[in-house]
Amino acid sequence: METLEHLLLAHPFFAGVDPAFGPLLAGCARNLRFAPGAYLFREGEAADEFYLIREGRVALELHAPARSPIVIASLGGGEMVGASWLAPPYRWGFDARATADTRAFGLDAKCLRGKCDADPHLGYEMMRRILPVMVRRMQAARRQMLDVYGHPSA
Amino acid sequence: MSAAADTALLDPMLPAPWRVRAVRRETADVATLDLVPLVGEVPRFAPGQFNMIYAYGIGEVPISVSGDPADPTQITHTVRAVGAVSRAIADAAPGSVLGLRGPFGSAWPVAAAAGHDLLIIAGGLGLAPLRPAIYQALAASEHFGRIAILYGGRAPAELLFRDELAAWGARAGITVAVTVDHADPTWHGHVGVVPALIDEISFTPANTVALLCGPEVMLRFTAAALEGAGVAAERIYLSMERNMKCAIGLCGHCQFGADFVCRDGPVLRYDRIAPRLMVREI
Repeated sequence: METLEHLLLAHPFFAGVDPAFGPLLAGCARNLRFAPGAYLFREGEAADEFYLIREGRVALELHAPARSPIVIASLGGGEMVGASWLAPPYRWGFDARATADTRAFGLDAKCLRGKCDADPHLGYEMMRRILPVMVRRMQAARRQMLDVYGHPSA
Repeated sequence: MSAAADTALLDPMLPAPWRVRAVRRETADVATLDLVPLVGEVPRFAPGQFNMIYAYGIGEVPISVSGDPADPTQITHTVRAVGAVSRAIADAAPGSVLGLRGPFGSAWPVAAAAGHDLLIIAGGLGLAPLRPAIYQALAASEHFGRIAILYGGRAPAELLFRDELAAWGARAGITVAVTVDHADPTWHGHVGVVPALIDEISFTPANTVALLCGPEVMLRFTAAALEGAGVAAERIYLSMERNMKCAIGLCGHCQFGADFVCRDGPVLRYDRIAPRLMVREI
């Protein structure tokens, strides 16, 4: 039977990570399942756990008064959900809602922040994985802002 | 030879009259028109080619063919109303008459892609010029490896051909993935940019031919993502859009560096044009 540690290290987010970090990472992780419609987190809540999707789909939503909620991105298997756990004040800036039956690893953010502070090698391994995701998402968000499929100016 | 084809060969500047047989409203500002010639037969066209469509008394615009190349009974175009001419065409009523010149230009290399995985990647209205290539590929799907159709749009209500996308995706061996830039929570599909879909499908980059059509910004980012995934630039094809007027490489309005988009394109190989895509002055 595969342990949580094996399954966690097999997630694409941890591809190539030093297996020596396995027990340390697994010590902060748990298995989770979200039914369609269930929220992983909501805007303003404490960002005390982030997620690595194994299967399923998660929509990131923004709510504004007197408007329909807007889905700004959706994430599938292999993706990381949530970055607000990395920077003060550690509060989510949007909602994350499962739009399909979703299985994910939840990682205790406070636990992992503590371990990263205590072990800079682990901290660097985490940053090497998180930074490319953030750059890719920032570039994608900027391209979405271009509204390239809108009406060209006449 | 048909009278319409004669027209294209003998006097490519003279529009022939075609009657609007049927109109389908695809979205709030996009319509698909089935057209039949008043004289002669329907000319053959290759997927990727375009016609110059003339709204009599208003003007002429280039519009890619969006129908089935195997259908000998009509030519189909999908038009978005963005200016006076395209609005007149998109608003044309069944029974009305439009002028047509063509078909013109280069074609998607669908037959030459046999034996490869085929990625068909469209953005916005770019699905319309790719639809003939999709019909051609699906009619001979056994000749390809995997076939994947990736489509990005602005919002769910602005997606084209939704029923057909669902039907194509239901076929064995065909992957259809659709994403939008933004949506409301009733949309359970992808939200994000088209290149992100490339990471979610199975294909063999070293043995893939990719056909791309959409806004030029989307083409640049998507072609770069394909190259990053390992698809060789010489097996990526883009359909370019420029200011096409004469459609036969005479007037020079659509010059794109060494190419006239109307004559050498609209379908061009990425490795030939990639450096020019970064030159803002052309």
